[in-house]
Amino acid sequence: MFSKQQTFGEKVTYVLLLIALILITLACLAPIWHMVAISLSDNSAVSAGQVTFIPVGFTLTPYEFILQDQRFFQAFGVSVQRVLLGGAINFIMTILAAYPLSKETSEFPARNKIMWIFIFTMMFNGGLIPWYMTIKMTGVMDSIWALVLPGAVPVFNVVLLMNFFRAIPKEVGEAAKIDGAGIFTTMWKVYIPMSMASIATVTLFSIVHHWNAFFDGMILINTPSGQPLQTYIRSLVVLPALADMSSGSLEDLMKLSEKTFNAAKIVVTMIPILLVYPFLQRYFVTGITLGSVKE
Amino acid sequence: MRTSRNVWGYYLMLTPPILLVLIYEIFPLFGLIIAFQDFVPGKGMFGSTFVGLDNFIYMFQLKESSQIFYNTIFIAVSKIVLNLIVPLIFALMLNEVLQNTLKRWIQTIVYLPHFMSWVILAGVLTNLLASDGIFNNIITALGFESIFFLGSNTWFPIVIIGSDVWKEFGFNAVIFLAALTAINPSLYEAAKIDGASKFHQLRYVTLPGIAPTIVLLACLGVGKIMNAGFEQIFNLYNPAVYASGDIIDTYVYRIGLTQHQYGLATAVGTLKSVVGFILVVLSWKLADKWANYRIF
Repeated sequence: MFSKQQTFGEKVTYVLLLIALILITLACLAPIWHMVAISLSDNSAVSAGQVTFIPVGFTLTPYEFILQDQRFFQAFGVSVQRVLLGGAINFIMTILAAYPLSKETSEFPARNKIMWIFIFTMMFNGGLIPWYMTIKMTGVMDSIWALVLPGAVPVFNVVLLMNFFRAIPKEVGEAAKIDGAGIFTTMWKVYIPMSMASIATVTLFSIVHHWNAFFDGMILINTPSGQPLQTYIRSLVVLPALADMSSGSLEDLMKLSEKTFNAAKIVVTMIPILLVYPFLQRYFVTGITLGSVKE
Repeated sequence: MRTSRNVWGYYLMLTPPILLVLIYEIFPLFGLIIAFQDFVPGKGMFGSTFVGLDNFIYMFQLKESSQIFYNTIFIAVSKIVLNLIVPLIFALMLNEVLQNTLKRWIQTIVYLPHFMSWVILAGVLTNLLASDGIFNNIITALGFESIFFLGSNTWFPIVIIGSDVWKEFGFNAVIFLAALTAINPSLYEAAKIDGASKFHQLRYVTLPGIAPTIVLLACLGVGKIMNAGFEQIFNLYNPAVYASGDIIDTYVYRIGLTQHQYGLATAVGTLKSVVGFILVVLSWKLADKWANYRIF
């Protein structure tokens, strides 16, 4: 662990540094772990404030309740559907936009003009009210399409992928062309396989975005059964807690009895992110640094 | 005529994304007309009366306007500054760790909150900060009076800024860590031979080495001054803390979609869009000038 040249003082400093870092790391995990502990504890122990990081009176009852909760499963299903459909649309649109835009103007003269339209939408938008009215006008309100079409082209992801395509030597594309490949074949058989790391990064970004979104589900979907999971969790857990706060009443017995149940719902909502996280983590460091720090 | 066939192929590829961008990004820009109208949903955008700048004048006369602009800028600027400094310090600390396995574990865990939604984290935070939550249990155990974190105008902005830094510092450190690994190790060797202490190495090798990254992130921060974080505040605030927590985005939502004052809400939104646009263009220009960075 230590080299011989290090003085005693340096070793002490290093150990203190490690301790500080481990404490910082635990601070990132602790709040989430606290929720897990609550969800696995007995109601009365939670109400008495006995639960911090270790479940008191271990029980799986809240999770058994979730298994019977139809509303929860409906919302979960909508979110899964949204991730699959929205993720697929984002995936296709990102590639279709990024590939032509990665070409030089000598090869695709309109490139810069189209690029500016895309970039402009990243910098300037109509704001909430016109956005809402547009979606209403296109007639997709109250359907899954309202959740996946308005953000169908994630411009930031397009820029990331475009920069990646541009880093691939032009000769690779030219070789495919000489072999008789058309532009779709070149894109599909040459460029996409070479960019899997980058494509995985942007796809995972879009999946996380779709899983975590709540606002569009809240204002664009009126039927409760069509709402995605985060919107449902908000209406169930966050809103009542805040309403309680503003009314100034400190404790509401009925709400307390639901504390473990709500904690369990929050934990279940976190699980899909925790599952894709290991894959995500492998890619995003490369993805981000490629897109943002350039020579 | 190989080239011309290629061009049409590119247009064919771009047709679906361009159509979607036109419908959902460009078309709403025409909706900005509402900001200059006494908009009545029944009459629509083309039937409503044109009132010129009335909505804007009314907006500046509202007494909450200055408070909302102040809240937005105060919260956003605090976040931008702290989200630069805290990740930088964290990255410098982590960079000193010699054990690679430990380093990877720490990184894996600190990135985690970034990927959680604000709905989930609001659920976690309301739990932690409740009158019977962990924080207040500690505070009362130490003999102090419990704090009404999410209901107090003194504490609310602190909670907002603090929880955002907590959520994002690990993720924001990624770019610094990448920049740190890019520093040539022989510079440290040379510094050591010259008898430089750890502090001197930091001062004369590390900081100059990552200075371009710091400058770049600072420049890009300028573009975010109008964005204080809608999702976070929307999920954590309540009428008791409107005075300290209401930002432009939450205000537009409240008066527009819940109180149906479309003209006024669009006027506020338009002002935000225009100022935001100028700031983003400025930030990209600064990034290009000072950090030699271009987005594409």
